[in-house]
Amino acid sequence: MTEGPVTEGPVTEGPVTPLLDARDVRVTSAAGVLVAGIDLTVAPGETVAIVGESGSGKSMTARALTGLLPEGVHATGRLELSGQAYDLAARTPWQRIRGSQIALLLQDPFTSLSPVHRCGEQIGWALPRAGRAAGVARLLAEVGLPSEVAGRYPFQLSGGMRQRVAIAAALAAGPGLLIADEPTTALDVTTQHEVLELVAGLQRARRMGLILITHDLRLARARADRIMVMYAGRLVEEGPAAEVMDRPAHPYTARLAACDPPVTHRLPALPTIPGSVPRPYAVSDACAFADRCDLAVEACRTAEPVLAEVAHRPGNSGHRAACVRPSDVRPVAAPLLAVPPAAAVPPEAGLSPALLTVRGLTKRFPGSAAPALDGVDLEVAAGEAVAVVGESGSGKTTLARCVVGLERADGGSVEFGGGATGPRRVQYVFQDPYSALNPGLTVGASLAEALKAAGRPRSEVSGLLDLVGLPAAYARRRPRALSGGERQRVAIARALAPGAEVLVCDEPVSALDVSVQAQVLNLLSNLRRDLGLTLLFITHDLAVARQVADRVYVMHRGRVVETGPVGGVLGAPAHEYTQRLLASVPAATRAE
Amino acid sequence: MNGAVLAFALRRAAATLALLLALSLLVFALLYLAPGDVARNLLGTRNVTPEALARIRELHHLDEPFLAQYWWWLSHAVTGDFGTSIRTGGQVGPLLLDRTGVTAATAGLAFLLSVLAGVPAGIATAVRRGRPLDRVIVAASVVGVSAPGFAVGLILLYVFALGLGWFPVYGTGEGFLDALWHLVLPAVALAFGLGAFVVKLTRAAVIRELDQDYVTFARGRGLSERRVLRLVLRNAAIPIVTSLGLMVAYLFGGTVLIEVTFALPGLGSLMEESVLFKDIPVVQALTLVVALVVSVTALAVDLSYLAIDPRVRARAVRR
Repeated sequence: MTEGPVTEGPVTEGPVTPLLDARDVRVTSAAGVLVAGIDLTVAPGETVAIVGESGSGKSMTARALTGLLPEGVHATGRLELSGQAYDLAARTPWQRIRGSQIALLLQDPFTSLSPVHRCGEQIGWALPRAGRAAGVARLLAEVGLPSEVAGRYPFQLSGGMRQRVAIAAALAAGPGLLIADEPTTALDVTTQHEVLELVAGLQRARRMGLILITHDLRLARARADRIMVMYAGRLVEEGPAAEVMDRPAHPYTARLAACDPPVTHRLPALPTIPGSVPRPYAVSDACAFADRCDLAVEACRTAEPVLAEVAHRPGNSGHRAACVRPSDVRPVAAPLLAVPPAAAVPPEAGLSPALLTVRGLTKRFPGSAAPALDGVDLEVAAGEAVAVVGESGSGKTTLARCVVGLERADGGSVEFGGGATGPRRVQYVFQDPYSALNPGLTVGASLAEALKAAGRPRSEVSGLLDLVGLPAAYARRRPRALSGGERQRVAIARALAPGAEVLVCDEPVSALDVSVQAQVLNLLSNLRRDLGLTLLFITHDLAVARQVADRVYVMHRGRVVETGPVGGVLGAPAHEYTQRLLASVPAATRAE
Repeated sequence: MNGAVLAFALRRAAATLALLLALSLLVFALLYLAPGDVARNLLGTRNVTPEALARIRELHHLDEPFLAQYWWWLSHAVTGDFGTSIRTGGQVGPLLLDRTGVTAATAGLAFLLSVLAGVPAGIATAVRRGRPLDRVIVAASVVGVSAPGFAVGLILLYVFALGLGWFPVYGTGEGFLDALWHLVLPAVALAFGLGAFVVKLTRAAVIRELDQDYVTFARGRGLSERRVLRLVLRNAAIPIVTSLGLMVAYLFGGTVLIEVTFALPGLGSLMEESVLFKDIPVVQALTLVVALVVSVTALAVDLSYLAIDPRVRARAVRR
């Protein structure tokens, strides 16, 4: 089952001595405070999720607990491990702690293993020399891999298998506590589910404590006993997982949960959190969330609220929030299906003429065994939004790149309104807004360049910025001074500059935080309505596809396995693969 | 697997051979790029009589088409016969052979010194990034990279040969130890700049690897610092080996000046004399030898990837 905590582990601080008891953990860099004093306990067998967006300090907390802070960043505080106390500011004997007591598992199995060593070697280093091969085989079996994997190099394995190897390596020295920093974010949804199940099983078998660092509230709800929500370097709420999710006592928790799009139905507009996360050291004597909070009162801006017990019901189980008005916080009710889902869409997409027609597209990359595209047909009508979903290696990005001409297909045709594609009519929005903009050019110069290519004057820059909801003054900034969401807005503005009719978006929100993701998705939906844009939207995220698209194509190994209206395909999937994808999505936040 | 690796190695060797062939064509064309009449150039300072010119023309097949001349020259060159030196009138092959020992010893010693000192220093600085030792060595390596080898050579000569009298001022010495003793200063002068370069590139490569996730993960699962360092060095070996290969070309440029400074009768000083004298057959032979050494080194670097990087090995097999 994916729902609910997987262990019967102790939820309250009872008589059980905690495995880890950290007090007043503070992390500071030259710029200022990054984590402002956090208390954290984990009992044997317990799962604690630390949830937050980028810049919340969740990863820094994990690094501080393992003595792995980057150069120039320091921690203070007290750490008690199985009864032994350490001072984080002093020279902590990390060699004795890491591995045998705490192990840190990282996000990306593509970079966390050495590329030039065999998997067996990497797992075996933490084992005593005698009986190392047997130990490696035992660990591999424990993570569900055959023993031949020991002789393979990481690059010969899939992402999920690599993460299993990494887990085996992390567990080699028998730690009592595993800290997993976004352990599944880099994996495909079906693999994510398997890896999380594996970790849960290992945790049960070894009675191990687990700190799960994640940005994903749904995942935290499904996997953790307790949830700690961090915002701008502060702990804003903590408590039993179900309690925190069902009765949030901090406005940030409530609004963050609402930003996560549901996979079951389409919202007319996604709830967002206005503004952006402040830097932890930029806030003093105020609630860090006050500027973005609609419940904020004078008291929120004059003193930092302390973490206090929330009085929901008698015998409360450690639900605490740092809010002066916890009882006024309500779960944000997502506006339910008040408007027909496809408000801006031609009612019968099939009847309007196809603007983009892809027929029998094939593509094989040199040196790869399987084709990236194996006869793909796709049609997009004018004004329609079509999502292509699939896992990595499904060929969805190759399809998008072939459509805009960034890649040349081996066979098949891409026709655009009856003719071939042209740069003025189709534009591309890339996944990573950090590398998609030229860091040397100001935003204005980037946009002016795109305008010039279409023979339009520079004076239209401010209009473009306005279109994507950015102030005209941003034209003078460089990408470095913008947040991820702002950069993606600029990238969208640049794509719109030549007056494109079709926007091909390749995972445009997957590198963004959920609250920012919601803003960008709303922007795309508004642009569609206002400009009559046609969207071809590539995503691995079914919930995002649900919110954006009218129709969806499900791709698997270079083929389209299922297609149809988004409600039909995701509501009642016909193909086995689509069903498997849907089953892997962590259970939705609340009963809808 | 092994067959595929061998096929890859053979393909690379064939490519190197093709490259050398192309280079030899260019080298042969040197004769024609030099200003003036080819026969007169080949005669050099000897008496220019119609008979001598005719003899030269016949000897060098100058009346035949360019490609035929090239073929004639090449087929002799591969057997070590590069013709007659204009300056000495002797055979180029034995002349070259005579001079190779000193250069090979100097360059080899310098290479060894710079690698043996530079790689550990680079690792030490990378591990102690930002600390005093790092700053001192980095500052010293900036000096090393920017100081010209012949200037360093002159200073060394002044201090250790003239001032302290520890080392000889010039010459090659008799017997192995004496010869080694004579080569220490030239090798050190050559190794100074080279070693500084090795420090910088090793430091950069190791720092890049230290910042990788797999290092954090290795520490995060309790591996010892020694083990972590070995892990890093194994990964850093790939860029370091590449750069060491590139350095061989640089080494030859440096040897010319050093040999002149220390009056060593090596290939470098031969090159200097021959260029000054427009001794084209010798210049041709020398250029070809340098090209051979550099491209064989490049081949060796390429093949060493097969040993140190399993990803390259896998790609080589797949192709």
